[in-house]
Amino acid sequence: MSTPSTLPGGPDTRPGSDISGHDDTAAPAVYGYLAEFPDGDSLVAATRKAKAEGYTRMDTFSPYAIGETADALGFPKSEMGTIMLIGGLTGACSGFFMQYWCNTYGYSLNVGGRPYLSWPSFIPITFEMMVLTAVLSGLFGFIALCGLPRFHHPLFNSKAFDRATRDRFFLVVEAVDPKYDGPAVRSFLDTLSPLSVEEVME
Amino acid sequence: MATADHPPTHRRPPGAPAAELPLEPEMWPLVQNRHDLVSVGDAIGNVVLTRVHPKQWWVGLLAGLIMLQFLAVSVAWLFYKGVGIWGINVPVAWGFAIINFVWWIGIGHAGTLISAILLLLHQKWRQSISRFSEAMTIFAVMCAGLFPLLHMGRPWFFYWLYPFPNVAGVWPQFRSPLTWDVFAVTTYFTSSLVFWYIGLIPDLAALRDQAGKRWQQLVYGVLALGWRGSAIHWRRYEKLYLILGGLCTPHVLSVHTVVSFDFAVSIVPLWHATIFPPFFVAGAIFSGFAMVVAIALPVRKWYGLEDFFTDHHMDICGKVMLATGMLVCYGYFSEVWMSWYSHSLYEWGTTLERLFGPYGWSYWTLLFCNFLVPQLLWSKRVRQSTFWLEVVCMAALVGMWFERYVIVITLTRDQLPSSWGTYAPTIWDYATMIGSMGLFLTLFFLFLRFLPMISITEMRELLPKKQGGGGGHSIMENAP
Repeated sequence: MSTPSTLPGGPDTRPGSDISGHDDTAAPAVYGYLAEFPDGDSLVAATRKAKAEGYTRMDTFSPYAIGETADALGFPKSEMGTIMLIGGLTGACSGFFMQYWCNTYGYSLNVGGRPYLSWPSFIPITFEMMVLTAVLSGLFGFIALCGLPRFHHPLFNSKAFDRATRDRFFLVVEAVDPKYDGPAVRSFLDTLSPLSVEEVME
Repeated sequence: MATADHPPTHRRPPGAPAAELPLEPEMWPLVQNRHDLVSVGDAIGNVVLTRVHPKQWWVGLLAGLIMLQFLAVSVAWLFYKGVGIWGINVPVAWGFAIINFVWWIGIGHAGTLISAILLLLHQKWRQSISRFSEAMTIFAVMCAGLFPLLHMGRPWFFYWLYPFPNVAGVWPQFRSPLTWDVFAVTTYFTSSLVFWYIGLIPDLAALRDQAGKRWQQLVYGVLALGWRGSAIHWRRYEKLYLILGGLCTPHVLSVHTVVSFDFAVSIVPLWHATIFPPFFVAGAIFSGFAMVVAIALPVRKWYGLEDFFTDHHMDICGKVMLATGMLVCYGYFSEVWMSWYSHSLYEWGTTLERLFGPYGWSYWTLLFCNFLVPQLLWSKRVRQSTFWLEVVCMAALVGMWFERYVIVITLTRDQLPSSWGTYAPTIWDYATMIGSMGLFLTLFFLFLRFLPMISITEMRELLPKKQGGGGGHSIMENAP
């Protein structure tokens, strides 16, 4: 990505000239190599080969879910079930005790001598509270785990990546991978017969 | 339903292993014509991004806005004057407010049924109508929620329905179905909204990347939360979507069950019946499908989306309506049978009043609309005819409204003749009802304008693999 200049007439290339003290001339950090594929099957095959090659810090991007790539990346399970189970149980318990407390201690109402803890009539709200908290913990858990909202991401610097939500399938090998070595990664990705390979900057 | 229409077997290439069938069934094409990933995105996305809207859209929005004015005026008058402007009185203390509440919330149920229950049942045909009907759910629940709030008399104290620490030290009475209703409807609205939004995220990202105008990129980009389609995000997304489907399935049944408890927990003859919860749920699905089809038929024509809302979809919806309509009619039969068989003086007397009393005409209207007219759906030609399907749907919507009318009007003749009375809605009852329809139409036409009415992502998944689609790819973990 070209760093925006504060001066008119194009970027200022003199070292250390940026008023913020940021050195515009320093080479931007590399995020990783991005390979573009035409369909899901070639993405799955490429991901498996890259995994076999020993790369560990990778991700794939596709316009719809492709379960095989998540498996190949070593992400076989999702945490959503646990989060929503805990959220739902918390909501169910607190919903029940809310009703018990309200109708027994908060404002005890004796209706025809029936017990204060008339639990069968507390079940509908207990259930509703379970659903409500499970749904909300699912929503917020999902957003938090995925690190969303994140409006800028290094991959958005790539023009080709615009089609990740459209009709292209991408594999990225990140620079933080212990086995990462720019030219080697590039020549390896080239062997996977991608449509294009591109180095993406931070 | 869908599985009944199995493929003509000759389409499968000879020698193809049968084990592949469950992955990519050569069923009726749910997406017609030779679409690919790009053309699907364009056909659906350009409706909101670039397309100049058809004349009918403007007419529809205008009609909605005009009807909405009825709501504005009647609510303003209601706030000034009080609920006395309505025709409600003892013995019919809720009148139109609860009729419309139950009618609207029932309509909403089809959306959750299509998106959650059919998701669990692997009914792929649900995918093209799910977004559309989920939107319908949300707007219908909004309309439904209006009525109990307006009926309160002092709607600005609506938060008294919820437990919150207050100086008076008063807490809600949780043994009452009315408080259950508050929690059920609030949860229903919240969970429907979450379900809808989660489903929208990948589509919003697709619109962001497809949009040509700066404001579109910004608005859809912010709403998409920076979604980029990472495999790990997709895994969480699909898992979350599946669990939400699993939660919403019992939940949608519970909502209309709780609504029916509003009646069934009382001791009014013909209300105090165990058939009420399933009877209400079936009626809700019946009227909801009627609304989905009634809207989908004209909309697909206006926007040229017949490739996605195919005649095959309409056929299946017609079958669902026929099945649920028959369940509802079984409920009508069961009510009459039980009151006769029980030898209860009051049950049977109230039944006779319902059939032949002063409001008997409404009962026969409902039987005509919900029993006789849907019989047309046995014919495949009717199920695939735009005109006749629309007629049946309208009849079902009117019939289901009258069903709630008949139930509520039961109060005019209960056990004690000295408490008998009459009920007649006033012009303000009608104005509020028309206004709620205006609110629904306005919101719906705005939705058509600003959000993709069909899930782009799910349509892409539905495409066969050779057209670039996800057909055959697994979603859950440990894929082969």
